[in-house]
Amino acid sequence: MERLDLGGLFLHFLVLWFLAIGGPSAIFPDIHRYVVEAQHLLTNKQFAEIYTLAQVAPGPNAMYVTLIGWHLAGWKGVAATTIPLLVPATTLTLLVSHLNERYPNARIGRAVRRGLMPITIGLVLASATILMRAVNHDWRGYLITLLTVVVVLRKPWNPLWVFAGGALAGILGFV
Amino acid sequence: MKQTESHKPKVSRLELFLAFSRISLSSFGGAIFWARRELVERQRWLTEREFVDVFTLGQLLPGPNVLNLTVIVCHRFAGWTGAGAGIAGFLGWPCLMVVGMGVLYQHYGALPQVQQALTGMSSVAAGLLFATVIKLAMVLPRGWRPWLFGALAFVGVGVMRWPLLWVIGALAPGAVFAAWKELE
Repeated sequence: MERLDLGGLFLHFLVLWFLAIGGPSAIFPDIHRYVVEAQHLLTNKQFAEIYTLAQVAPGPNAMYVTLIGWHLAGWKGVAATTIPLLVPATTLTLLVSHLNERYPNARIGRAVRRGLMPITIGLVLASATILMRAVNHDWRGYLITLLTVVVVLRKPWNPLWVFAGGALAGILGFV
Repeated sequence: MKQTESHKPKVSRLELFLAFSRISLSSFGGAIFWARRELVERQRWLTEREFVDVFTLGQLLPGPNVLNLTVIVCHRFAGWTGAGAGIAGFLGWPCLMVVGMGVLYQHYGALPQVQQALTGMSSVAAGLLFATVIKLAMVLPRGWRPWLFGALAFVGVGVMRWPLLWVIGALAPGAVFAAWKELE
Protein backbone atom coordinates (compact mmCIF):
# COMPACT_ATOMS: atom_id res chain seq x y z
CA MET A 1 0.00 0.00 0.00
CA GLU A 2 1.16 3.46 -0.89
CA ARG A 3 2.23 5.55 2.10
CA LEU A 4 0.02 8.49 2.78
CA ASP A 5 1.84 11.81 2.74
CA LEU A 6 0.21 13.54 5.73
CA GLY A 7 2.43 16.61 5.48
CA GLY A 8 1.46 17.08 1.85
CA LEU A 9 -2.19 16.64 2.74
CA PHE A 10 -1.88 19.26 5.49
CA LEU A 11 -0.21 21.78 3.18
CA HIS A 12 -2.72 21.24 0.40
CA PHE A 13 -5.64 21.86 2.76
CA LEU A 14 -3.89 24.86 4.26
CA VAL A 15 -3.56 26.56 0.87
CA LEU A 16 -7.13 25.61 -0.04
CA TRP A 17 -8.71 27.13 3.06
CA PHE A 18 -7.21 30.49 2.22
CA LEU A 19 -9.00 30.21 -1.14
CA ALA A 20 -12.31 29.14 0.40
CA ILE A 21 -14.11 32.42 -0.15
CA GLY A 22 -17.82 31.66 0.04
CA GLY A 23 -17.29 28.72 2.35
CA PRO A 24 -16.43 25.03 2.16
CA SER A 25 -18.38 24.29 -1.04
CA ALA A 26 -15.99 26.47 -3.02
CA ILE A 27 -13.05 24.14 -2.36
CA PHE A 28 -14.99 20.90 -2.82
CA PRO A 29 -13.93 20.51 -6.49
CA ASP A 30 -10.27 20.92 -5.70
CA ILE A 31 -10.35 18.57 -2.70
CA HIS A 32 -12.03 16.02 -4.99
CA ARG A 33 -9.38 16.58 -7.66
CA TYR A 34 -6.56 16.11 -5.15
CA VAL A 35 -7.92 13.21 -3.10
CA VAL A 36 -9.65 11.21 -5.85
CA GLU A 37 -7.98 12.08 -9.15
CA ALA A 38 -4.40 13.04 -8.31
CA GLN A 39 -3.59 10.97 -5.18
CA HIS A 40 -6.12 8.12 -5.58
CA LEU A 41 -6.75 8.04 -1.83
CA LEU A 42 -10.53 7.55 -2.14
CA THR A 43 -12.81 6.36 -4.91
CA ASN A 44 -15.31 8.73 -6.45
CA LYS A 45 -18.12 6.90 -4.67
CA GLN A 46 -16.42 6.94 -1.24
CA PHE A 47 -15.79 10.63 -1.62
CA ALA A 48 -19.46 11.32 -2.37
CA GLU A 49 -20.61 9.17 0.56
CA ILE A 50 -18.23 10.80 3.03
CA TYR A 51 -19.32 14.27 1.93
CA THR A 52 -22.98 13.31 2.32
CA LEU A 53 -22.50 11.77 5.78
CA ALA A 54 -20.92 14.97 7.03
CA GLN A 55 -23.84 17.03 5.68
CA VAL A 56 -26.30 15.24 7.95
CA ALA A 57 -24.14 15.70 11.06
CA PRO A 58 -24.67 18.81 13.20
CA GLY A 59 -22.24 21.70 12.93
CA PRO A 60 -20.73 23.54 10.00
CA ASN A 61 -20.84 21.91 6.55
CA ALA A 62 -17.06 22.11 6.47
CA MET A 63 -16.75 19.02 8.66
CA TYR A 64 -16.55 16.77 5.60
CA VAL A 65 -12.83 17.54 5.54
CA THR A 66 -12.54 16.09 9.05
CA LEU A 67 -14.30 12.91 7.96
CA ILE A 68 -11.98 12.59 4.93
CA GLY A 69 -9.02 12.89 7.30
CA TRP A 70 -10.46 10.28 9.67
CA HIS A 71 -11.09 7.85 6.84
CA LEU A 72 -7.55 8.23 5.49
CA ALA A 73 -5.48 8.16 8.68
CA GLY A 74 -7.51 8.23 11.89
CA TRP A 75 -6.78 11.01 14.39
CA LYS A 76 -3.62 12.08 12.56
CA GLY A 77 -5.68 12.51 9.44
CA VAL A 78 -8.28 14.51 11.38
CA ALA A 79 -5.50 16.86 12.50
CA ALA A 80 -4.03 17.13 8.99
CA THR A 81 -7.33 18.15 7.38
CA THR A 82 -9.03 20.05 10.25
CA ILE A 83 -6.29 22.26 11.72
CA PRO A 84 -5.79 24.04 8.36
CA LEU A 85 -9.37 25.29 8.44
CA LEU A 86 -8.64 27.20 11.64
CA VAL A 87 -5.72 29.12 10.19
CA PRO A 88 -7.47 31.69 7.96
CA ALA A 89 -10.13 32.23 10.64
CA THR A 90 -7.61 33.03 13.35
CA THR A 91 -5.22 35.14 11.28
CA LEU A 92 -6.78 36.82 8.26
CA THR A 93 -10.25 37.13 9.74
CA LEU A 94 -9.10 38.88 12.90
CA LEU A 95 -6.85 41.20 10.94
CA VAL A 96 -9.60 42.18 8.53
CA SER A 97 -12.18 42.50 11.28
CA HIS A 98 -9.84 44.93 13.03
CA LEU A 99 -9.35 46.97 9.84
CA ASN A 100 -13.05 46.87 9.12
CA GLU A 101 -13.88 48.39 12.48
CA ARG A 102 -11.55 51.23 11.63
CA TYR A 103 -12.62 51.73 8.03
CA PRO A 104 -16.16 50.36 7.75
CA ASN A 105 -16.94 51.61 4.25
CA ALA A 106 -13.62 50.98 2.48
CA ARG A 107 -14.12 50.65 -1.26
CA ILE A 108 -11.61 47.79 -1.51
CA GLY A 109 -13.74 45.64 0.78
CA ARG A 110 -16.83 46.17 -1.31
CA ALA A 111 -14.92 45.59 -4.56
CA VAL A 112 -13.46 42.28 -3.32
CA ARG A 113 -16.88 41.07 -2.29
CA ARG A 114 -18.60 42.12 -5.50
CA GLY A 115 -15.81 40.80 -7.71
CA LEU A 116 -15.37 37.40 -6.07
CA MET A 117 -19.02 36.48 -5.61
CA PRO A 118 -19.56 35.27 -9.20
CA ILE A 119 -16.42 33.11 -8.94
CA THR A 120 -17.77 31.52 -5.78
CA ILE A 121 -21.04 30.73 -7.56
CA GLY A 122 -19.14 29.09 -10.42
CA LEU A 123 -17.22 26.97 -7.89
CA VAL A 124 -20.35 25.80 -6.06
CA LEU A 125 -21.86 24.87 -9.42
CA ALA A 126 -18.73 22.82 -10.15
CA SER A 127 -19.18 21.06 -6.76
CA ALA A 128 -22.79 20.26 -7.58
CA THR A 129 -21.98 18.72 -10.96
CA ILE A 130 -19.02 16.71 -9.64
CA LEU A 131 -21.12 15.26 -6.82
CA MET A 132 -24.02 14.57 -9.18
CA ARG A 133 -21.84 12.68 -11.62
CA ALA A 134 -20.31 10.65 -8.79
CA VAL A 135 -23.65 9.41 -7.43
CA ASN A 136 -26.35 9.51 -10.10
CA HIS A 137 -26.16 6.62 -12.51
CA ASP A 138 -29.55 6.85 -14.20
CA TRP A 139 -32.65 9.04 -14.42
CA ARG A 140 -33.86 8.12 -10.95
CA GLY A 141 -30.87 9.69 -9.22
CA TYR A 142 -31.25 12.80 -11.37
CA LEU A 143 -34.93 12.93 -10.49
CA ILE A 144 -34.13 12.97 -6.75
CA THR A 145 -31.60 15.75 -7.32
CA LEU A 146 -34.13 17.76 -9.32
CA LEU A 147 -36.89 17.24 -6.74
CA THR A 148 -34.51 18.40 -4.01
CA VAL A 149 -33.82 21.63 -5.88
CA VAL A 150 -37.54 22.32 -6.32
CA VAL A 151 -38.42 21.52 -2.71
CA VAL A 152 -35.55 23.54 -1.21
CA LEU A 153 -36.33 26.61 -3.32
CA ARG A 154 -40.06 26.51 -2.58
CA LYS A 155 -40.43 25.21 0.96
CA PRO A 156 -38.78 26.48 4.15
CA TRP A 157 -38.25 22.94 5.45
CA ASN A 158 -35.13 21.83 7.28
CA PRO A 159 -32.89 20.06 4.71
CA LEU A 160 -32.67 17.08 7.08
CA TRP A 161 -36.19 16.05 6.08
CA VAL A 162 -35.17 16.05 2.45
CA PHE A 163 -32.15 13.89 3.34
CA ALA A 164 -34.50 11.52 5.15
CA GLY A 165 -36.65 11.35 2.01
CA GLY A 166 -33.58 10.56 -0.10
CA ALA A 167 -32.48 7.83 2.33
CA LEU A 168 -35.96 6.30 2.28
CA ALA A 169 -36.08 6.36 -1.52
CA GLY A 170 -32.72 4.58 -1.51
CA ILE A 171 -33.72 1.89 1.00
CA LEU A 172 -36.96 1.23 -0.85
CA GLY A 173 -34.84 0.44 -3.91
CA PHE A 174 -35.70 3.49 -5.95
CA VAL A 175 -32.10 4.42 -6.75
CA MET B 1 -22.54 54.29 8.59
CA LYS B 2 -21.63 51.90 11.28
CA GLN B 3 -22.97 52.74 14.70
CA THR B 4 -20.46 53.00 17.49
CA GLU B 5 -23.02 52.29 20.18
CA SER B 6 -21.02 49.18 21.07
CA HIS B 7 -22.60 48.16 24.33
CA LYS B 8 -19.99 45.51 25.04
CA PRO B 9 -21.41 43.15 27.64
CA LYS B 10 -19.06 41.22 29.89
CA VAL B 11 -18.94 37.62 28.75
CA SER B 12 -16.83 34.86 30.26
CA ARG B 13 -14.97 32.16 28.39
CA LEU B 14 -17.23 29.48 29.80
CA GLU B 15 -20.31 31.34 28.59
CA LEU B 16 -18.77 31.63 25.12
CA PHE B 17 -17.92 27.94 25.08
CA LEU B 18 -21.45 26.97 26.11
CA ALA B 19 -23.17 29.37 23.72
CA PHE B 20 -21.17 28.21 20.72
CA SER B 21 -21.59 24.56 21.72
CA ARG B 22 -25.35 25.15 21.65
CA ILE B 23 -25.17 26.83 18.24
CA SER B 24 -23.07 24.04 16.84
CA LEU B 25 -25.15 21.17 18.22
CA SER B 26 -28.45 22.61 17.06
CA SER B 27 -27.30 23.52 13.60
CA PHE B 28 -28.33 20.75 11.30
CA GLY B 29 -28.11 22.00 7.75
CA GLY B 30 -26.47 25.36 8.30
CA ALA B 31 -25.43 27.18 11.44
CA ILE B 32 -26.32 30.77 10.63
CA PHE B 33 -29.95 30.57 11.71
CA TRP B 34 -28.96 29.23 15.14
CA ALA B 35 -26.09 31.66 15.55
CA ARG B 36 -28.46 34.62 15.12
CA ARG B 37 -30.97 33.12 17.52
CA GLU B 38 -28.39 32.51 20.23
CA LEU B 39 -26.33 35.70 19.93
CA VAL B 40 -29.05 38.23 19.17
CA GLU B 41 -32.25 36.82 20.66
CA ARG B 42 -31.21 34.61 23.56
CA GLN B 43 -28.03 36.15 24.94
CA ARG B 44 -28.47 39.65 23.52
CA TRP B 45 -24.71 39.96 23.11
CA LEU B 46 -25.11 41.57 19.68
CA THR B 47 -27.68 43.88 18.17
CA GLU B 48 -29.34 42.85 14.90
CA ARG B 49 -27.17 45.36 13.07
CA GLU B 50 -23.93 44.17 14.67
CA PHE B 51 -24.84 40.60 13.79
CA VAL B 52 -25.38 41.44 10.11
CA ASP B 53 -22.07 43.31 10.02
CA VAL B 54 -20.14 40.44 11.53
CA PHE B 55 -21.87 37.84 9.39
CA THR B 56 -21.19 39.76 6.17
CA LEU B 57 -17.55 40.00 7.08
CA GLY B 58 -17.45 36.28 7.85
CA GLN B 59 -18.85 35.52 4.42
CA LEU B 60 -16.39 37.72 2.64
CA LEU B 61 -13.40 36.03 4.26
CA PRO B 62 -12.17 32.54 3.39
CA GLY B 63 -13.25 29.55 5.46
CA PRO B 64 -16.52 28.46 7.03
CA ASN B 65 -18.65 31.62 7.48
CA VAL B 66 -19.91 30.85 10.94
CA LEU B 67 -16.44 29.86 12.15
CA ASN B 68 -15.22 33.30 11.08
CA LEU B 69 -18.17 34.83 12.92
CA THR B 70 -17.32 32.75 16.00
CA VAL B 71 -13.74 33.99 16.02
CA ILE B 72 -14.65 37.64 15.54
CA VAL B 73 -17.37 37.66 18.21
CA CYS B 74 -15.42 35.69 20.82
CA HIS B 75 -12.23 37.65 20.26
CA ARG B 76 -14.15 40.90 20.68
CA PHE B 77 -15.62 39.77 24.01
CA ALA B 78 -12.76 37.84 25.59
CA GLY B 79 -9.58 38.07 23.55
CA TRP B 80 -7.53 35.13 22.30
CA THR B 81 -8.55 32.70 25.02
CA GLY B 82 -12.16 33.63 24.39
CA ALA B 83 -11.70 32.85 20.69
CA GLY B 84 -10.20 29.50 21.71
CA ALA B 85 -13.18 28.74 23.93
CA GLY B 86 -15.64 29.65 21.18
CA ILE B 87 -13.82 27.54 18.59
CA ALA B 88 -13.67 24.57 20.98
CA GLY B 89 -17.43 24.79 21.50
CA PHE B 90 -18.25 25.36 17.86
CA LEU B 91 -15.96 22.76 16.24
CA GLY B 92 -15.19 20.30 19.05
CA TRP B 93 -18.57 18.56 19.19
CA PRO B 94 -19.10 18.25 15.44
CA CYS B 95 -15.57 16.93 15.13
CA LEU B 96 -16.30 14.12 17.60
CA MET B 97 -19.66 13.34 15.99
CA VAL B 98 -18.23 13.21 12.51
CA VAL B 99 -15.53 10.83 13.73
CA GLY B 100 -18.30 8.70 15.28
CA MET B 101 -19.98 8.62 11.88
CA GLY B 102 -16.64 7.67 10.34
CA VAL B 103 -16.39 4.66 12.67
CA LEU B 104 -19.92 3.54 11.78
CA TYR B 105 -19.20 4.05 8.08
CA GLN B 106 -16.07 1.90 8.27
CA HIS B 107 -18.03 -0.90 9.96
CA TYR B 108 -21.39 -0.78 8.23
CA GLY B 109 -20.74 1.31 5.11
CA ALA B 110 -20.67 -1.74 2.87
CA LEU B 111 -24.10 -3.11 3.92
CA PRO B 112 -26.51 -2.99 0.95
CA GLN B 113 -29.21 -1.02 2.82
CA VAL B 114 -26.67 1.52 4.04
CA GLN B 115 -25.29 1.81 0.52
CA GLN B 116 -28.76 2.43 -0.90
CA ALA B 117 -29.63 5.02 1.73
CA LEU B 118 -26.31 6.81 1.17
CA THR B 119 -26.85 6.88 -2.59
CA GLY B 120 -30.29 8.46 -2.18
CA MET B 121 -28.93 10.98 0.31
CA SER B 122 -26.02 11.87 -1.96
CA SER B 123 -28.46 12.70 -4.76
CA VAL B 124 -30.15 15.03 -2.26
CA ALA B 125 -26.81 16.60 -1.30
CA ALA B 126 -26.16 17.40 -4.97
CA GLY B 127 -29.61 19.00 -5.20
CA LEU B 128 -28.87 21.18 -2.17
CA LEU B 129 -25.73 22.48 -3.88
CA PHE B 130 -27.66 23.31 -7.08
CA ALA B 131 -30.29 25.12 -4.99
CA THR B 132 -27.51 27.13 -3.31
CA VAL B 133 -26.19 28.16 -6.72
CA ILE B 134 -29.64 29.35 -7.81
CA LYS B 135 -30.20 31.32 -4.59
CA LEU B 136 -26.79 33.00 -4.86
CA ALA B 137 -27.19 33.76 -8.56
CA MET B 138 -30.42 35.68 -7.87
CA VAL B 139 -28.49 38.41 -6.06
CA LEU B 140 -25.68 38.73 -8.62
CA PRO B 141 -25.00 42.29 -9.76
CA ARG B 142 -26.52 43.05 -13.17
CA GLY B 143 -24.62 42.86 -16.43
CA TRP B 144 -22.75 40.16 -18.36
CA ARG B 145 -19.46 40.40 -16.48
CA PRO B 146 -20.40 38.46 -13.30
CA TRP B 147 -21.83 35.66 -15.44
CA LEU B 148 -18.63 35.52 -17.47
CA PHE B 149 -16.43 35.19 -14.37
CA GLY B 150 -18.79 32.61 -12.87
CA ALA B 151 -18.74 30.58 -16.08
CA LEU B 152 -14.94 30.73 -16.35
CA ALA B 153 -14.54 29.55 -12.74
CA PHE B 154 -16.96 26.70 -13.39
CA VAL B 155 -15.22 25.56 -16.58
CA GLY B 156 -11.71 25.92 -15.16
CA VAL B 157 -12.37 23.99 -11.95
CA GLY B 158 -15.36 21.79 -12.80
CA VAL B 159 -14.70 20.84 -16.44
CA MET B 160 -10.96 21.29 -17.08
CA ARG B 161 -10.19 20.22 -13.47
CA TRP B 162 -7.36 22.72 -13.12
CA PRO B 163 -6.08 23.38 -9.57
CA LEU B 164 -8.15 25.99 -7.74
CA LEU B 165 -5.08 28.08 -6.91
CA TRP B 166 -4.37 28.70 -10.62
CA VAL B 167 -7.97 29.42 -11.49
CA ILE B 168 -8.49 31.90 -8.66
CA GLY B 169 -5.06 33.42 -9.30
CA ALA B 170 -6.02 34.00 -12.93
CA LEU B 171 -9.58 35.24 -12.38
CA ALA B 172 -9.64 37.09 -9.06
CA PRO B 173 -7.45 40.12 -9.93
CA GLY B 174 -9.53 40.91 -13.04
CA ALA B 175 -12.83 40.34 -11.23
CA VAL B 176 -11.92 42.56 -8.28
CA PHE B 177 -10.48 45.26 -10.55
CA ALA B 178 -13.64 45.33 -12.68
CA ALA B 179 -15.80 45.60 -9.54
CA TRP B 180 -13.55 48.36 -8.21
CA LYS B 181 -14.10 50.32 -11.45
CA GLU B 182 -17.86 49.80 -11.29
CA LEU B 183 -18.03 51.21 -7.78
CA GLU B 184 -16.64 54.56 -8.93
